Amino acid sequence: MSTRVQLEIFEGPLDLLLHLIKKNEVSITDIPIAAITEQYLATLEIMQSLNLDVAGEFLVMAATLVHIKSRMLLPPGHDNAEEDEEGNDPREELVRRLLEYQRFKDAAEQLGQREVLRRDVFTRSMIPTEDIPVPTLREVSVFELLTALRRVLERLPKDNVHEVTLDKITVREKMTFLLDTLRVRPNVLFESLFAEVRTRMEVVVTFLAMLELVKVRAIRIFQDGPEGPIQIEAAAGIDEIPNELAVDEEEQHGT
Amino acid sequence: MEREDVKSIIESLLFVADGPLTLQRLQEVIDGTSKEEIRSVVTELQEELESHRRGVRLVEVAGGYQMRTAKVNADWVKKLLGGRPARMGRATLETLAIIAYRQPITKAEIEAIRGVDVDGVISTLLDRELIRAMARKDVPGRPFLYGTTQQFLELFNLKDLTHLPTLKEMEEITLPAVSEEEILLESTEER
Repeated sequence: MSTRVQLEIFEGPLDLLLHLIKKNEVSITDIPIAAITEQYLATLEIMQSLNLDVAGEFLVMAATLVHIKSRMLLPPGHDNAEEDEEGNDPREELVRRLLEYQRFKDAAEQLGQREVLRRDVFTRSMIPTEDIPVPTLREVSVFELLTALRRVLERLPKDNVHEVTLDKITVREKMTFLLDTLRVRPNVLFESLFAEVRTRMEVVVTFLAMLELVKVRAIRIFQDGPEGPIQIEAAAGIDEIPNELAVDEEEQHGT
Repeated sequence: MEREDVKSIIESLLFVADGPLTLQRLQEVIDGTSKEEIRSVVTELQEELESHRRGVRLVEVAGGYQMRTAKVNADWVKKLLGGRPARMGRATLETLAIIAYRQPITKAEIEAIRGVDVDGVISTLLDRELIRAMARKDVPGRPFLYGTTQQFLELFNLKDLTHLPTLKEMEEITLPAVSEEEILLESTEER
């Protein structure tokens, strides 16, 4: 029985699309729908193979993309007249939503860069509050991580479809391993975590271990610039984290 | 009363205050002063702390004035206070930004912009008192309309809502001119 990993991934389909648009260095207003749809579906597949909760919204967007893609293939004028009386670009509504959402993403970023109370500035008798959240800086998005994971998976030898893993690698073991590494080094590169890893299963388990540690706020994942290397560092107080972290009731073993 | 005395009193009052103090409140406490006098003394005090690069600054926030530590000293203050600050993820921050700029706004309208369910985020923000339900919208279901609070202004060091950073216009917009309200309505209906 596999444990379902519940992560606080509220980042949605629009986020994923913006991420892909940025990564492909294309314009929001002229999205290459076929290529973006393909990458979108590939990301969804990875999320599902990781057993991450793929919210219904992601599937609705997938359907929307496929629909737009099919309409783009039709010659102009042969479009569904009800939906589109003026022969508009089928991408128009999606573009509008993406632009609108991007505006608020920018606004959120600007807010986060202000002199935030309890992060940058403090008042008298400021109780060290651990339950009043403050925005963090430069945190890597989950889609950034999934893209990086895809790169790692693509580098693996392709011939081990029926791989048999003799060693049972558990998420817990990988978590302990990562924490131990971070006790002796201030940070590690995302890629280096997978340097010795040879099987798809071990990649996935390592990745899940990393996500679990983010979730319990034991580590932080940063990126220097949009295309920079992804770095993992210990959160303040790593020594308070017990060596043996419980991963739900059941440990997650390789399938 | 000498101007220097007033300045000294104001500094003491701001030091003990729990939250931002309004000019009005300062004037009520220091009898025999005018609001103009208070304002000019406060400004002077503000400039003094700034120009001497003092560790405590006087900032105008959430409709009043408050003593806050200088940003350059943040690391030392954090070291003293200890503890790990809770983190506000980008989903929460984005939702908060949407509410701040579009208030009063319903949950469905926020979801139309973000493209995801915001139930969890909304209840977190309500718990932290960064937003509040202001009224109900006169549409079927009478959903709550949310807006930001005083604590929101304090958290982001904002004088008031008019001082929110200007919402960027997307230069590349090649779409027919549609008012923001229309965009909101259309995407709401879509759901």
